[in-house]
Amino acid sequence: MFIYIALRLLYTIPIALGVTIFVFALIHLSGDPLSAIVAPDATAETVEKLRKDYGFDKPLPVQYLVWLGKTLQGDLGTSIVNARPVLDTLLAAVPNTLMLAIFATLVGFTMGCLLGGLAGYYQGSIIDKLATGIGIAGVSVPHYWLGMVLVIIFAVELRLLPATGMGAGGSSAWQWDWEHIKHLILPTVTLSVIPCGIITRTVRSTVAEILSQEFVQALRAKGLMHGQVMRHVMRNAAPTVLAVMGLQLGYLLGGSILVETVFNWPGTGYILNDAIFRRDIPMLQGTILLLAMFFVFLNLIVDIVQTWIDPRMRRS
Amino acid sequence: MNLHTPAAPATIEVSQTIANSPGYWSTVGSRLMRDKVTLFFGLLLLAIVLAAILAPWISPTDPYKTNILRRLKDIGYPGHPLGTDQTGRDMLARLLYGGRLSLFMGVTPVAIALAIGGLLGVLAGYAGGALNMAIMRTMDIFYAFPSVLLAIAISGALGAGIGNAILSLSIVFVPPIARVAETITTQVRTLDYVEAARASGAASLRIIRIHVLSNVLGAIFVYATSLISVSIILASGLSFLGLGTKPPEPEWGLMLNELRQAIYVTPYVAALPGVMIFLTSLSFNLLSDGLRSAMDLKS
Repeated sequence: MFIYIALRLLYTIPIALGVTIFVFALIHLSGDPLSAIVAPDATAETVEKLRKDYGFDKPLPVQYLVWLGKTLQGDLGTSIVNARPVLDTLLAAVPNTLMLAIFATLVGFTMGCLLGGLAGYYQGSIIDKLATGIGIAGVSVPHYWLGMVLVIIFAVELRLLPATGMGAGGSSAWQWDWEHIKHLILPTVTLSVIPCGIITRTVRSTVAEILSQEFVQALRAKGLMHGQVMRHVMRNAAPTVLAVMGLQLGYLLGGSILVETVFNWPGTGYILNDAIFRRDIPMLQGTILLLAMFFVFLNLIVDIVQTWIDPRMRRS
Repeated sequence: MNLHTPAAPATIEVSQTIANSPGYWSTVGSRLMRDKVTLFFGLLLLAIVLAAILAPWISPTDPYKTNILRRLKDIGYPGHPLGTDQTGRDMLARLLYGGRLSLFMGVTPVAIALAIGGLLGVLAGYAGGALNMAIMRTMDIFYAFPSVLLAIAISGALGAGIGNAILSLSIVFVPPIARVAETITTQVRTLDYVEAARASGAASLRIIRIHVLSNVLGAIFVYATSLISVSIILASGLSFLGLGTKPPEPEWGLMLNELRQAIYVTPYVAALPGVMIFLTSLSFNLLSDGLRSAMDLKS
């Protein structure tokens, strides 16, 4: 098993390097990387001087290595828009996105396990049909629209919850008070619909598959009750389901941009959206690099944990 | 909203029955006919697609025509059965026309990715060795990004526009399709009858064309239909963020974004474009599920 973990760690290195190459390439995808910085009426001299200052006159591999070296030291460059270090802005926003993603994953996981477990255990019943329907609706719904619909129902019509923002008066630092919690509810529910749908479908098919195995019949023949059989099923389903949940957390971190836009939630997605429209390429690169690295790291953890809790995988 | 639902590629198995059971497609057909949910949503999808194609002929009015006096009218307003938007344009006309761009932007990336990803996957699976390593490990890098993030990163760097949105979504869908195609090709390559074909001196291209493709195509096609649903949500999502279509074009995602402020005046009208995205994506998902279970003859 330790050999597996060591290999898995080694395998992460080329992936992480690949990610950095991709993120580095983004600045050149956008055309001339200087176009966002230089004023349109700048003289050729100024442009050349800037090109030298930013190092864009060097060959691409050299540029990449210089950029990679800086990045590895935690220097993600400075924003073109506000001249602040990219990392500072990001670090202020990450906790907000992380909180939203973690709560949404937990809600989606709980709902998904409940619905999927019932559906898988009572196959063909009304509960199964209902859960399958909710599962497929969950993966088909455009969540940015669902966010709008929830705002229409709970903020515009019922006036129960705030429509946008994270706290009163445009607060962007989380506090554990009722005002902030009220702002968290709608974005969390909106975001949780995706993991809920996927986990429902995964749990249902995993449970159904395990129930069709012979050892379950043996357990039943032994005279175990429903609940006791279910315990065995759950132990067998846990590795798969936990792996899906871990990956979902990663997706939500990277994919929350649409929901953060709908709710004006001051997280990384909001920053990304802003960076795109102001053509703030260093900010765009930094945000994407951070989120992608987090996803790579999460993948690694999921694989290791999955090996650790599943004795069958430990042996191989 | 992601491509890695473990249920999808995992359930695709090499079906050895395809080549030698003459009644395969008729069995699939009759199974689909008995599946009422699939049938219903298949017809619904057909209606949505037809409405989009026929929009210029069935639309009651011009979708671009603004009218300041008739801004933000609610559903059922005389002359505007589905109300009007923030510049007084007819919602019914815009929803009909909107389907053209939304469907086009959702389906095209999957079709492009199907061709490129399928080619890369079959190549990697059939060649094996170093070429397989090179192709599949490159694909792994794209797996390191959540799909929404990858699409937004590429579109964001390229700038807004329909072409850029389609390009970025195509890049998102190549790796998962390549992975499915590679898995199946690798499995097929070691099957006895393919080995036999090779031993009897059949050329590689002929083996790929006859034995590999007949197994791979059906599987990646079914898988691709499930991706269309994600693609439609993402394509409209890009437009929602302002990265896809530009105003004044009618497109469901963009319309949804433009009507965001209208939720305080005409909430039901504002939600309509999203209903269309939802119904389309749901139909593709259910159709794909139905197709998959109808084609899985072992169950």
